[in-house]
Amino acid sequence: MIQEKVAQKAASGEGPMLLSLRDVGKVFSNGVTALSKVDLAIREGDFLSLLGPSGCGKSTALRLIAGLSTPTSGQLDWRGSIDRSNIGFVFQEPTLLPWASVFDNVWLPLRLKGVSRAKAAPAVMEMLSRVHLTGFENAVPRELSGGMKMRVSIARAMVTKPRILLMDEPFAALDEITRFKLNNDLLELWQDERFTVVFVTHSVFESVFLSSRVVVMAARPGRVFGELPIGAPYPRDEVFRTSPDYAALCRQASDVLVDAINSTAGPHHDGH
Amino acid sequence: MTAIEDTGLKLDPEEARRVRQERLERIGKWVLPLAIMVLAIWLWDRICVWNEIPQYILPRPGVVLQTLHNDAGLLFSSLLVTLRITFLSLLLAVIGGVGLAVLFAQSKWVEMSFFPFAIVLQVTPIVAIFPLINIYVNNQTVKLLLCAWIVAFFPILSNTTLGLNSVDRNLRDLFKLNGATRWQQLRYLRLPAAMPYFLGGLKIAGGLSLIGAVVAEFVAGAQGQSSGLASRIIEAGYRLNAPRLFAALILISLTGILIFLVLSLVSHLILRRWHESALKQER
Repeated sequence: MIQEKVAQKAASGEGPMLLSLRDVGKVFSNGVTALSKVDLAIREGDFLSLLGPSGCGKSTALRLIAGLSTPTSGQLDWRGSIDRSNIGFVFQEPTLLPWASVFDNVWLPLRLKGVSRAKAAPAVMEMLSRVHLTGFENAVPRELSGGMKMRVSIARAMVTKPRILLMDEPFAALDEITRFKLNNDLLELWQDERFTVVFVTHSVFESVFLSSRVVVMAARPGRVFGELPIGAPYPRDEVFRTSPDYAALCRQASDVLVDAINSTAGPHHDGH
Repeated sequence: MTAIEDTGLKLDPEEARRVRQERLERIGKWVLPLAIMVLAIWLWDRICVWNEIPQYILPRPGVVLQTLHNDAGLLFSSLLVTLRITFLSLLLAVIGGVGLAVLFAQSKWVEMSFFPFAIVLQVTPIVAIFPLINIYVNNQTVKLLLCAWIVAFFPILSNTTLGLNSVDRNLRDLFKLNGATRWQQLRYLRLPAAMPYFLGGLKIAGGLSLIGAVVAEFVAGAQGQSSGLASRIIEAGYRLNAPRLFAALILISLTGILIFLVLSLVSHLILRRWHESALKQER
């Protein structure tokens, strides 16, 4: 019951503001407008998905939030002081060091902060157990399956206990069974730790299953098209995945996405 | 066939054929080159006998082997001299090549400015540069070292530079996100990523440093101060001592093969766990 209450609270987006993007735009040197006038409020504890067709600037938005790129116009306001150690990033590919063991890969962010192997070991082993990779700490990436590599990547992003986790289509390259399993495990981790997630995806089903809010983006120029709160309570599991509620929410999200795509193709018609 | 029966597997004809072929290849890989080598040596011997070629023109293989045994003291002490130059110059090539590559990797501007010099050094034949070195450098060992170094350092420099610059973009971002310093990025990301490239360059440089050492001694040999294998060859040539000439030649070529094998082994040991080049192909 208590857990449900907490989940309800997060789902309704009542947490304190963590980051707001105000009127953010990004124009590349080749003249492409990747983002235009993006307003976005991210609250503490949100699981927010950026959903949209390719070219809608969702990855660019993520890179701006990560500080890997700077906006051409507008600004990002972080509440309180946040530095890069408060940000975890998971790329589309696992992006592991191929020569390093699983342990060393997860240790890396701590190692770069000067934490010795011995000092880092408890945190690393804990994180590995959280992503169900206990016993694989000495394996090298090529000995792992695609899903396991992604787990290492998530463990690496989480080992510094970041306040916000940015994920750039992390499961796009995985098969469906593996993706479902990773979805479940990610939600479990999120519910235990209560960090904030910004999740970029082009899958309606994935965004609805995971998120407390889905932000739909449109392309040319990349912009926020609409937003959909997903009120379904957590924990969400396989039962939710096959429920009529889920199907209805997917339909809603899909409708908004179709509108967003059409808004690019035809003459611009605003809103819903 | 026993391998199949051992596992108790019933294989269809296609799989059985594949297993047979693999076994044949495993054995053939060693037996075939050896057989050809033995045949070539036998043919060499027969040609000498059939055509009654005198020993001072083309000695029989047995005679060469005998000379290798008889002149062992002389030849092996010369080999040591050549090996010393080879390994010292290879060591300097590694230090110089990797050092310059790391310097180049710090900035595109540095690389653009200085790479042409490296290319000039590389493309100018060493034999043509040597007379200059001969004028400017007095010490015989330094002369040879410099010569061999110029020949050997370029593949290491060029390969390592390529390796340092071909780091995955996302990994670079990851290091940036985690606030890695320039040194940390080099130590934990770029140097390990460049390792396969460096090792490839090292294999080439190993052979080249031997060639460099021998060529340098040949050119310097006119002064008659050196005592490496090259000067033994020149000396034997003057005296029409063909058996010793062949023996020295064989020693050099065996040394080259040994250097290549050792460097290949080192490369394999370092890369075997993670790099594609060192992995067995899976079906």
